[in-house]
Amino acid sequence: MSASPPAFTARHVVAYDYRRSVGPVLGRFFTELRARRIVANRTAAGRVLCPPQEHDPETGAATLPEFVPVGPGGVVTAWSWVAAPRAKHPLARPFAWALVRLDGADTSILHALDAGSEAQLRTGMRVRARWRAETRGEIHDIECFEPEERA
Amino acid sequence: MSDAGPVKSIVTPTHLEYEYTATGAQAEFLRQIGQGRLRGQRCDECGKVYCPPSGACARCGLPTSEWVDVADRGTVSTFCIVRVPSENIEVKLPYCAANIVLDGSDVPFIALLQECEVSEVRIGMRVQAVWRARELWEPTFENIRWFKPSGEPDVPVERLGDWV
Repeated sequence: MSASPPAFTARHVVAYDYRRSVGPVLGRFFTELRARRIVANRTAAGRVLCPPQEHDPETGAATLPEFVPVGPGGVVTAWSWVAAPRAKHPLARPFAWALVRLDGADTSILHALDAGSEAQLRTGMRVRARWRAETRGEIHDIECFEPEERA
Repeated sequence: MSDAGPVKSIVTPTHLEYEYTATGAQAEFLRQIGQGRLRGQRCDECGKVYCPPSGACARCGLPTSEWVDVADRGTVSTFCIVRVPSENIEVKLPYCAANIVLDGSDVPFIALLQECEVSEVRIGMRVQAVWRARELWEPTFENIRWFKPSGEPDVPVERLGDWV
């Protein structure tokens, strides 16, 4: 077998920032985040959705116009440990991606959970939002969630 | 910076970093361009020449293996004048990105067209590669800095066939 010539490899970066309109419902959610408040909305059947949505995911019907406060505490409903965070991850140390059902909500929000170690994690654990020092009206106004007992 | 108005939009950063490894045909193409040569591959089935080659014919779905020489000059099959600034573009605006079919190849590829006014660019225009200095040649397409008008008569649009 003849020796293969060396393979050519190159680092490729595909990146762009794109601005998307958020509409009245998520717009309200982000506006409230800027004031360090988390809001949800309701379906006609009374389910409380957080993040709020324009339509009931089960029926497709429009959600109700009023918003209700939820959190900032909640429970972890599912999680996945990130042992080796990448450069663009929200935390530089190992963390978990977690689904958090905020107090008062019936659905869960996906966010980073700064749990210290994988051994600390369990489904059902109490967590709460940690706010970024300066808020801007976007999801990262919540820096991450953290265990309530440690906070 | 706390703008008191309601949030109407958010910026969604999209970012993907990956290591690209050239396939056999692409690697050979890169070795050749590192020597100042452009080579393509011909499909056994339909006879079309691909440059740069991917190692397969997109039309017939068959692997390609026959290597053929391709010229470093060709014809503009279509083009786009870019007037909107974006990151990582070092060229002065407005500039022309052209699809060029090299002589001896049957597929266009996109390249920068320089050394003429964007208003002069037209379909059928003849262009030639501008290589960077020989001592800087490496196995990369960047050996060709851009294309420039060659001064030859235009190719009539009706002879451009499927390219336009």
